[in-house]
Amino acid sequence: MFFNWRKKVKLKMRTNPLVTAAAVALVTMLPIAGLAGDTIKIGVAGAHSGDLASYGLPTVNAAKLVVDELNAKGGVNGKKVELLIEDDACKPEIATNSATKLVSQGVDAVIGHICSGATKSALPIYKAAGVILISPSATNPELTQSGDYPNFFRTIASDDMQAKAEVDYALNALGVKKIAVIHDKGDYGKGLAEFAKGFIEKSGKGEVVLFEGVTPGAVDYSAIVQKIRQAKADAVIFGGYHPEASKIVSMMRKKRMDTVFLSDDGVKDDTFIKVAGKDAEGVYATGPQDNSKNPVAQVAIAAHKKAYNSDPGAFYESAYSAALAIMNAIEKADSTEIAAVTKALRTENVETPVGNIHFDEKGDAVGVGFAMYQVKNGKYVEVK
Amino acid sequence: MDYFIELFCSGLTRGSIYALIALGYTMVYGIIGLINFAHGEIYMIGAFTSFIVATVLSIYGFPLAAIVVVAGVAAAIWSSAYGYTVEKIAYKPLRHAPRLAPLISAIGMSILLQNYVLLAQTSDFLPFPELIPEFAFMEPIAHIIGSSDIVILLTTTVVMLALTFLIKFTRIGKAMRATAQDRTMALLVGINVDRVISATFIIGSALAAIGGLLIASHIGQINFAIGFIAGIKAFTAAVLGGIVYSGSCSGEPDSGPDRKFCHRLYFQ
Repeated sequence: MFFNWRKKVKLKMRTNPLVTAAAVALVTMLPIAGLAGDTIKIGVAGAHSGDLASYGLPTVNAAKLVVDELNAKGGVNGKKVELLIEDDACKPEIATNSATKLVSQGVDAVIGHICSGATKSALPIYKAAGVILISPSATNPELTQSGDYPNFFRTIASDDMQAKAEVDYALNALGVKKIAVIHDKGDYGKGLAEFAKGFIEKSGKGEVVLFEGVTPGAVDYSAIVQKIRQAKADAVIFGGYHPEASKIVSMMRKKRMDTVFLSDDGVKDDTFIKVAGKDAEGVYATGPQDNSKNPVAQVAIAAHKKAYNSDPGAFYESAYSAALAIMNAIEKADSTEIAAVTKALRTENVETPVGNIHFDEKGDAVGVGFAMYQVKNGKYVEVK
Repeated sequence: MDYFIELFCSGLTRGSIYALIALGYTMVYGIIGLINFAHGEIYMIGAFTSFIVATVLSIYGFPLAAIVVVAGVAAAIWSSAYGYTVEKIAYKPLRHAPRLAPLISAIGMSILLQNYVLLAQTSDFLPFPELIPEFAFMEPIAHIIGSSDIVILLTTTVVMLALTFLIKFTRIGKAMRATAQDRTMALLVGINVDRVISATFIIGSALAAIGGLLIASHIGQINFAIGFIAGIKAFTAAVLGGIVYSGSCSGEPDSGPDRKFCHRLYFQ
């Protein structure tokens, strides 16, 4: 392909000097435009296609809205902000490509990635290039707690807090004793399930009667459902995403089991309710706190409704917060240099849809937590 | 004991599901020696077609039985058209090529069809309407075996009996057996081999479409990628059940509970 193309260009060079001149001009002008540095480049990476696209696309919308508003006001530090959007389909192997591409395009910071596995595989590339990554949704605890990635920040609480919320709710509010812990074998789901198992065992109030992984995308999950019944579990804690959760819940209800089903923010998505239908009723899921009373969140949601004529999707608020936080830090630091921006992220508080936040030494947002939701009449409603 | 019966029943159901898809694999492999990797995609297209038809019909308020029949027939015809076309486009030009060439083109077809449905429909999971109702008389044993399991079992049995009859006692069946045994010789005795191959693809695709409808209704959700894993599992079932085609399809039904127990023993 490449050789053919070159041959054609050469052919034209011989026949038409005008085309040659145009080609030379094009080739030489592109890098100049790229090096001019009159814009701040913000990457947006995440799942924009595939079956988890519904988690990634709201972040793109949020970033666009924040940046458009800033640019309308004249940009940051006198520079316009430019977005570079890359799809990683939530796959670690594609995420490394997206990261390399963004770094080679000279991004100053990246909002993303969406999935923990993808984030983990992309982080070393950003670290080596000195690029800050701020994720609205990657909740794997390792990412911040390992201390390996000083360039990583997030506007969502980590999975161990989420697992703790689930276990506390199951043991204390619901008063169940026998709990089956199921996960999808992924970085996110398994990590969360292991934390949940640990918290249950440590509490001494309950017992883990089953701890098992399922293969994502399998045709049906009747085997695991039978195991849950066999283990006589009162409740299931599932770590994973909504496609598997809806199949497992539907299969349980089909087998006339009324076992309580608790899950995580990977399930707290309206797609889950749409797909599982009436079987979704009564399912518990943890998700970011309800911020509907927060004026910044109200503004953010109103902006989305105005621009896209629809309700924002999953992680919209934390993505909006991530965009606000990074832009604020760049403005306060008056630079895109990593050390200065990192310092600003840690010290400068910013009003965001998820609250008034700054980041701790490890990169977690201070002042962000999880709440428990339950499906009631086809909607997630916060429960206390 | 309860646990055993439960596992046995769901093993049988799962086996029937894979058998319905596996039949298409086996038939094609038997006749032209090609592993048709696009077969799972045909199954997926069948599920999508029945989804679209069933949704439209239920908007107009047709009775459930009519919806199931019309959706099933529509899916079978539509999928057959796809199966036929795939064979004409991707396999027929490679009939005399080395064996690996049609295999690669089958994988290519699989990727093409998946992405075509992804673009034409959506990447999200779609809620599939419950086409098989919960029968009232099944309620006492619903915790062991559901209505949809029974319907799947019965359909697979009927389809297999019909297929055995077709292969053993009809003209086209005889032509298929002859083609499977020796294609050149079949040509010499005046069998239109191209037509036999087309018929094989059409029958296999129609079976996959019926499987698509039943399974989607059983599981309650579909998306563009369901064909891939179902295809791989059905392929395994076809190999375990005996992919060599000798005029009967007795291999697959056995692999159901077997497969399930093996799966439990080794993979879980």
